[in-house]
Amino acid sequence: MTPSLFSADGLVGIIFLLMLAATLVGAIVVVTAKRLVRALAGLIVCFVGVASMYFYLNSPFVSMMQILIYVGAIAVTIAFAIMFADPEGKEQKNHGNLLSGPVGFCCATLVTFGLAALALSANWIPFAKINDGSVKEVGTQLLTTHAMVFELVSVLLLIAILGALVIAREGRRN
Amino acid sequence: MEILTLYNNLTTYLLLAAVLFGLGMYGFITRRDFIGMLISAEMILNAASLNFMAFNRFLSPDPATGQIFTLFIMAIAAAEAAIGLSLVVAVYRYYRSIDCQDVTKLQG
Repeated sequence: MTPSLFSADGLVGIIFLLMLAATLVGAIVVVTAKRLVRALAGLIVCFVGVASMYFYLNSPFVSMMQILIYVGAIAVTIAFAIMFADPEGKEQKNHGNLLSGPVGFCCATLVTFGLAALALSANWIPFAKINDGSVKEVGTQLLTTHAMVFELVSVLLLIAILGALVIAREGRRN
Repeated sequence: MEILTLYNNLTTYLLLAAVLFGLGMYGFITRRDFIGMLISAEMILNAASLNFMAFNRFLSPDPATGQIFTLFIMAIAAAEAAIGLSLVVAVYRYYRSIDCQDVTKLQG
């Protein structure tokens, strides 16, 4: 049974469709934009769309983290890198590489249709839930079941920060 | 299939993730500069996270595990972006270009 267009459920469905469209449009802009800054803007739209997908998947915490980390941190870092390394905003020129033309398009289309066919043809069997997946449950498991990985990720981030500093400082003297 | 209840459907999310993955892969192949490739790689990672979250919501018996996995993917994506962008800065300082066709010193 389909909900009425003007009921609360209908509104939820309409917002979902809008966010789905935003995600796809953002992703297409990322791929087709000639200038890097526009690709970055498309990436931000795509990230916000994916964050709203997480919201629809019953995970408001991950949705907020998506906005905070991807839009707030990664996109801003990429923006700084673009300003530093590509200040004139040069249009991308095509080198006539074999892969960048139809071959690349065919490869990507093939992979997409393969994944889509897999998703449509497989017989997914749902299991009974043993908890509600709330923020409280996520926090408890993060510090009990997955505590080791949690600590390892902190070490990884520390090493990444140190490595980034070392690499970016290289050749600064001349 | 009613269009207004698409959000309650596993297939919708899987198809969206497949399209995001394909577009990210296409961008990764066709982009000729390192930052563009990095942007496409972020999109591929996002598609993987979306798949995790969809399976987590609809199939998994424990709906917290997928969320935790997605959080770890985010942390690793942040580390990857930091390292990748510092490499871009170092490459730009040396070659005055971020085009991957210009970085040819190790080319055989």
